[in-house]
Amino acid sequence: MPQPSIAKFRIEVFYKKDDPRGAAVGDKFNRLGYSIDKVYLADNYLLDIDVNENDIKSAAETLIQPVTQNYSINNPYNPENFDYCIEIGFLPGVTDNISHTVRESLEDFFKKKLDNEKSVFYTTCYFFKGNLNPDIIYSIGKELYNPLIHRIKILSKSEYISNGGMGYEIPVVHIAEDSGVDLVNLSIDDESMQILGREGIANSDGTRRGPLALDLLSMNIIKEYFHNKEKREPTDIELESIAQTWSEHCKHTIFAAAIDDDTPGGIYKSYIREATARIRKEKGDKDFCVSVFTDNSGGIDFDEDFIISDKVETHNSPSALDPFGGAITGIVGVNRDSIGFGMGAKPVANRFGFCFADPEDEVPVYKNKSEDSKLLSPRRIMEGVVHGVNAGGNTSGIPTPQGFIYFDKRYKGKPLVFVGTIGLMPKKTAGRSSVEKNAMDGDNIIVVGGRVGKDGIHGATFSSEALSSGSPATAVQIGDPITQKKLSDAIVKEARDAGLYNSITDNGAGGLSCSVAEMAKECGGFVVDLENIPLKYHGLSPWQVWVSESQERMTLSVPDSKTDEFISLMNKRGVEATIIGKFTSSGRGVVRYKNNEIFNLDLDFLHDGLPKRNLYTEKPEAEIKFAAFREPEDLNEVFHNMLSRLNICSFEYISSQYDHEVQGGSVTKPLQGKGRVNSNVSVIRPLLSSDRGVVLSQGLYPSYSDIDTYWMAACSIDTAIRNAVSAGASIDHLAILDNFCWCDSNNPFRLWQLKNAAKACYDFAVAYGTPYISGKDSMFNDFKGYDEDFNEINISIPPTLLISSLGVMKDITKAVTIDFKFPGDLIYLVGITGDETGGSEYNAYIGEKEQNEKFTGTNIPKVNAGLSKRIYKAMEKAIDERLAASCISIERGGLAVAAAKSAIAGMLGCEIKLSKINNNDIQRNDILLYSESQGRFLVSVNPDNKGKFEQIFSGLPVHMIGTVKPGAVFTIEGIAGKKIINTDIPEIDYNYKKKLKKY
Amino acid sequence: MTKPATLVLTGYGINCEEETAFAFNTAGSSSKIIHINDLIENKNILNEFQILVFPGGFSYGDDTGSGKALANRMKNNLFEEIKRFIERDTLTLGICNGFQVLVNLGLLPLLDGFDGTAQTALEYNKSFRYQCRWVDVMVEKDSPSIFTKNIERMHIPVAHGEGNFYAPEGTIDKIESMNLVSMRYIKSDGTRAQTEFPFNPNGSMNDIASICSPDGRILGMMPHPERGMFFTQRDDWTLLKEKYIREGKDIPVYSDGITLFNNAVNYFK
Repeated sequence: MPQPSIAKFRIEVFYKKDDPRGAAVGDKFNRLGYSIDKVYLADNYLLDIDVNENDIKSAAETLIQPVTQNYSINNPYNPENFDYCIEIGFLPGVTDNISHTVRESLEDFFKKKLDNEKSVFYTTCYFFKGNLNPDIIYSIGKELYNPLIHRIKILSKSEYISNGGMGYEIPVVHIAEDSGVDLVNLSIDDESMQILGREGIANSDGTRRGPLALDLLSMNIIKEYFHNKEKREPTDIELESIAQTWSEHCKHTIFAAAIDDDTPGGIYKSYIREATARIRKEKGDKDFCVSVFTDNSGGIDFDEDFIISDKVETHNSPSALDPFGGAITGIVGVNRDSIGFGMGAKPVANRFGFCFADPEDEVPVYKNKSEDSKLLSPRRIMEGVVHGVNAGGNTSGIPTPQGFIYFDKRYKGKPLVFVGTIGLMPKKTAGRSSVEKNAMDGDNIIVVGGRVGKDGIHGATFSSEALSSGSPATAVQIGDPITQKKLSDAIVKEARDAGLYNSITDNGAGGLSCSVAEMAKECGGFVVDLENIPLKYHGLSPWQVWVSESQERMTLSVPDSKTDEFISLMNKRGVEATIIGKFTSSGRGVVRYKNNEIFNLDLDFLHDGLPKRNLYTEKPEAEIKFAAFREPEDLNEVFHNMLSRLNICSFEYISSQYDHEVQGGSVTKPLQGKGRVNSNVSVIRPLLSSDRGVVLSQGLYPSYSDIDTYWMAACSIDTAIRNAVSAGASIDHLAILDNFCWCDSNNPFRLWQLKNAAKACYDFAVAYGTPYISGKDSMFNDFKGYDEDFNEINISIPPTLLISSLGVMKDITKAVTIDFKFPGDLIYLVGITGDETGGSEYNAYIGEKEQNEKFTGTNIPKVNAGLSKRIYKAMEKAIDERLAASCISIERGGLAVAAAKSAIAGMLGCEIKLSKINNNDIQRNDILLYSESQGRFLVSVNPDNKGKFEQIFSGLPVHMIGTVKPGAVFTIEGIAGKKIINTDIPEIDYNYKKKLKKY
Repeated sequence: MTKPATLVLTGYGINCEEETAFAFNTAGSSSKIIHINDLIENKNILNEFQILVFPGGFSYGDDTGSGKALANRMKNNLFEEIKRFIERDTLTLGICNGFQVLVNLGLLPLLDGFDGTAQTALEYNKSFRYQCRWVDVMVEKDSPSIFTKNIERMHIPVAHGEGNFYAPEGTIDKIESMNLVSMRYIKSDGTRAQTEFPFNPNGSMNDIASICSPDGRILGMMPHPERGMFFTQRDDWTLLKEKYIREGKDIPVYSDGITLFNNAVNYFK
């Protein structure tokens, strides 16, 4: 065992007056049921640097705010009154952004370089005073740290004093020197081959390196290739590289496989790509797609000169392990899908979407049969994920206007974390098309940004596996938004327009092994010298360097003639740039290490050798029950309860902590009206010199999957489109993105659901003429583990399809918000309300109320695209003529929830009469109020515009159901003329906002 | 008249440079976005500018406290140049993270000359949470600030985690008595927020949103005027638009924030 490393100096920074963070930490624990009187904090910088005492004193002075803070050097802070001290720092090798900044600042201060690996470390101390004992302080510690990334030390006051504080130990990485390169013997029997594919290459001590996630079929093809073509066994780096390239994450093997005998092209080609191809053909010269599916993002026309791009990713498995790290890595990672789109698009907005279990569910779930393997609670996951996107998005200076949260208990094993980035790029940069990338034979391969460590190894293959106790903690990473911001600015604001490179791509899943090989497709080959790749710390094996997913890196193809200029520009911007090899046209990928060739593969085999599978689906037998219940008597109470449900209530606390104003382009906000109600659509102005806007929204209905995934997908598409239209988008300039998050995808029944959802994706995209431009899938969102009594459980998410929409509107001054504007305005319900409560939030509510278990029901909403398309064109015209004072797209929670949102947002009451719905054959008020029929809007209209508005909708289902009222009274009259809801704005506002307020 | 030249700093996590430069250009300045490292390498370029802007952002990720690391970098490398710049008849503006930098650099409130020492602080928000929201501020009439001339109040967004202004007793007295407070948070009826959330979004002492130097040529503010310069940036514009349409009025192009940039440019007319 290596000796622990010790720092020379420990600088502790603490407040002279009350530390505002202490109060916040204390409040949090008191809310959780602890009894805390006082919390003090100290920020500690452990420095192992060679300077004298005077110099360290001057350096310490630069680390404090002299008005409010003080410091001590090698002399422990001793707040007047505490019982225990908890110190939390990072484990060796975990990204530590604060230390990074401090090291840079000290280098600038001392004007000398400090050791990257060993010089600066950061920890936080919490000093607690309260009703505490060793057990209690231990459980507080557990709440504060995550064992996958943090070190923790707890001392009582007497120990703290007798020890002389928390000590000087620093988490320097110690790795036994790298093992070099191993050959892997593939002359083994099928069973051993399967183990190799599932558990990975064996180390000399018998342990395995972690999943290759290759099945026997793939393993045998690899064996045949090496034995017959290369006449040798593969090296470990070759096998790891093939595993990365062929992973579910990179190759989308399920979406690429033939499905049944009727769909040999598979889901992606036959349903998604084909839909786009057909739409583009039908649109002819009105086609607005610029780049679809092939690049890191998809891109459409913004105007004559600019392209707007979009990409939505998921980061589910890492977020389950470390919610903060997973989410920040996710958002910062998807930003690189914009920076790596074409020659580099500037990120102009982020999207988010979180699917969690109920944050109040504290029943433990375990990964294995030990108490220590407890999964983080849904609350911890929610808090960490919300904070991760906050830290990633805000710090990067990218607005995060649009998002959603959705709850279901089946997200308890794996949460879903959707993150997306919209980018803006001129069509031409440096005199050439920005979307055509061409790495050229002879170009230098240059890596820019962060350094390589062990983090993220096996991330790509990991996402192909269910989450269980074998999950490698190396999949956990923490994003570094400032390193990336420097890189992003240097690329998209400078190097791109100077034409300094021929191609660029992101280092995401599979690290360099995927990015270099992917770019090499453009020219035909590569040679990399592995020892040139900058490392965070020594001791990585070559295969680890090659597949590591360390973040904040991009790979570029730079011609010799531009290389000096490029590297010098990067250095001036504080961005590390390193030549690691050359692109070639040899048809081979070659990696050398210390003058030995350790990797030499036919690129065609690497990219296309993956065996194509044929998957078969099976229709499930299970019958779904009709949800039979009577109309509740007190619809007032139902209304208030519905508004405070997790899937309907306000998530203002998230929207207001995500900067949605940065870059100055916010047009319609995530929180709308005086009443600050979450809108399901946002409009941004990505180019301040243009009046054009970009409309962002989404749709998803996981609860419908339990009934029928075909209509689930149809409703998701309809909602994503309709929401965009409600704010001013035109379906003639609207693209969509698909994100499938599925479960147990080797199961024919799940595949049957998948195929049906994909069919609807084709049918409804084509019907509306809204092409897919990008998509992603995550097929194994399952958890296998143990419940609170250590009985085995499997938790699979409900099949979840997120459809995101991206539209362009010509004139942002025509954008519409959801809030009622003036008393006297007429309220119109547009569209047909059917008896369609199957899978609705209302059924879920009634079931929970009556039987403690959600009702699903059978009557799922269906989409009449022909009619809806006419309605959407009419709505577009009404908005274009400024006839809609407010407009809200009716989705989860139906008419009643939409009316409540418009009323709270406007802080104006209203009077609605259900009897005014024309041609209504539904006899139940509750169904009219909460049915989630698609294709509907609730619009308020200036009475002066009544004629014009009705004229536009003539021949379409439009119902004048009420008026906006002065004052606060909110009433809905039932079919029979009786007031069934009679309340006021303060009360509905309270119920709408109370649920998540405390977070 | 030649247009005054504005230097808008960028680098290390500053992120509002483009819209801030756009605002100055809209107001009639010719602005240039310059990376800190380029300025350090070529210090004399500061002589070519009349206005220096520290835009909003997350310099150095707010690590060790917002604005501190960037202030250190300026102090370590550009102290003399900044001193000479403010001694000329120039304007300096810090917005949000830029305000935090000015405070840590000792450029505000500048009670005893420029020595690079912080005299006040912008602390964590009382809510201990990043707040992105629209607020109302009133402008102190007696403040010497050049930037806020002829402005009475503004509807304007804030977005920060550390905007809670604090000054020790003696210092706050001087700041108040010298009228160096240029903006305070108010309720919509125009009365002082009295540190009440969300009107005062961060718990700031005396509802202070902005302070200036005694000669009024240096201003730091937490709110973002560049995010409130156009009508369609406002959080209430769709309501106002509906109102104006019904009154037969035109839909405006600009909003409150633009005046601040106009004042800066007009100072050099």
